[in-house]
Amino acid sequence: MRLTDLTLKELWHRKSQLLSGLLAITLGIGVIVGIRSISVVSEKAVAVNLDNLGANILVLPQAASVDNYYAADIDAPTFPEDYVEKIVTSTLPGVDNLSPKLTRRVKFGNESIVLTGILPKSEIASKPIWQQGGLKAEQIIASCAPSTVPKKYADAKLQRKGIDTLANNDCFIGYSVAQRLNLNEGSALTLENRTFNVTKVLPETGTIDDDRVFANLHKVQSLLGTGEQISAIEIMGCCNEITDGLLGKMRNILPDTRITTIGQIVSTQIKTNQLMNKLSLVFLIIILFVGGISIGNYIWANVNERRKEIGILRMIGYQKRHIYNILIMKAVIMGLAGGIAGYILGTIAAVWLGPQFAGIEVNPLYVLLPVSIAISILISVTGSVIPAYMAGKIEPFSNMQED
Amino acid sequence: MLIQIKDLTKTYQRHNGTINAVDSLSVDINKGSFITITGPSGSGKTTLLLIIGGLLRPTSGRMIYDGNELNLDSDEEMAIFRSNHIGFVMQSFALVPYLTAVENIMIALNVKNKNKAENRNRAIELLKWVGLDDRTTHYPRELSAGQQQRVAIARALANNPDLLLADEPTGNLDPGLSGEILSILSKINKEQKTTVIMVTHSPVAAEYGNVKIHLQEGKLSDHKTMEKVFLS
Repeated sequence: MRLTDLTLKELWHRKSQLLSGLLAITLGIGVIVGIRSISVVSEKAVAVNLDNLGANILVLPQAASVDNYYAADIDAPTFPEDYVEKIVTSTLPGVDNLSPKLTRRVKFGNESIVLTGILPKSEIASKPIWQQGGLKAEQIIASCAPSTVPKKYADAKLQRKGIDTLANNDCFIGYSVAQRLNLNEGSALTLENRTFNVTKVLPETGTIDDDRVFANLHKVQSLLGTGEQISAIEIMGCCNEITDGLLGKMRNILPDTRITTIGQIVSTQIKTNQLMNKLSLVFLIIILFVGGISIGNYIWANVNERRKEIGILRMIGYQKRHIYNILIMKAVIMGLAGGIAGYILGTIAAVWLGPQFAGIEVNPLYVLLPVSIAISILISVTGSVIPAYMAGKIEPFSNMQED
Repeated sequence: MLIQIKDLTKTYQRHNGTINAVDSLSVDINKGSFITITGPSGSGKTTLLLIIGGLLRPTSGRMIYDGNELNLDSDEEMAIFRSNHIGFVMQSFALVPYLTAVENIMIALNVKNKNKAENRNRAIELLKWVGLDDRTTHYPRELSAGQQQRVAIARALANNPDLLLADEPTGNLDPGLSGEILSILSKINKEQKTTVIMVTHSPVAAEYGNVKIHLQEGKLSDHKTMEKVFLS
């Protein structure tokens, strides 16, 4: 009959009280596990959705503004194309799908259209919405997104260099351009005295890309006489890395550029992630208080109920430390049980409720099990410290009747 | 000499003043004696027993056990003293309700010896000695009052104490069972040479003692009794 046996026997003896004592901590841990399970899936879903939206970091010449980029002014500033290489060779984490572009406004008859030189594979890969329209290219997904497609290149540098070329005389045209100029796939399009074959009419995206004509970057550079200059590099950056200072690191590599995020996109993901994390944190703090007080209250009631029994143990020679050990061991066992039960409850709730209320499929996050147990034990032991201390003060004659 | 009690006083503060439960009491207790303490309610019998057993801290006074002065202010020292030297038998039996007979004895053995198998064997041996070897796995609620008290006696003997303290051990028993328990205590005193101090209201039970103390308002009520106590 060791202290562990004694503790387990007592727990079993008062099992109905044990269940009520475990209720608060189990529910609390369950709520945290449930929220966390859903939020992890939700963050991944947001990351995938944002991945589909395309690039979220823009590298512009120092003197340029974002307005210049969208307006495609004829004299908008440019910078050398080899800046792409500088980023590629930096191996910065969280940078994917670099898409260098040269954009200028050109005339087509009386119409003014935006001609954009691109390196196509990276452009396509960073716009999966185009791929859905029938364009075939290697699908490259931002490192922050939960890719189900194995990346072609294990080496980050090789992956970034995996860029195909677009035939010199081919071009893609945006949906609005096609409508406005009455062009179809196979049509010929003459710009700046050079004729291009329209190989693809891009599906409508609702963005500025609908008004653009995309051709090979180097062809466009030659056509416009800019030399190896580009007006922007679009990058698909991992939002977590952006939060961790990716932009600052890029500015160190390209000091004479203006590096900005496409605010709405990035802030949406960051805010969503932060909201989920804050929600988990708020619940964690509530659970720490409520769970700790609940367990403390249970242990305190248990100590009062066991005054006679503790008196018996003290009478037969148990020291205060033995009493502390018995109660803290009980708290650890309760914490363990509460953590496991809470994890199971929260996981079942998330798996069941996720598809019904959030429209997402939730799988169990096994990494949360040890975390749940650790938090639960911490709460339980913390809540039991004062009752255990008070139990040590119970006099050994508490079981006796005095004359 | 097993215990020397010198000028022991225990006072309680009550709303109507200070009560001297034990009042400047000095007693010597010899090894192997069977002492019965009698007296009216409130005379300080149980208080004296609690102090001797190290369960209650006196207000003043000294206690010397087997030649060594005890530090009555140290909880931990007194806990070790109890587990090494004292066995207790209480009127209410003081058994843990969710432990079986054998486990109730094993919890006492566990203080000094962590070997579970040895403790179990020793506990069964003790239950056999008190005639309950067929009740080892019974819980207290499944035992009669007399059987519960025998389990309590077995537990008191678990660590081979020098001194067995009994507080009204027959208080909850009918006369037949009382005789049984008193016989066991007497047997312990005679066969194992264990010193027994028993508080009792019963004149019949008091006759089992070879030394009798009568307390009145925390003091020994007559000197003749004291002279008997001081026998060396």
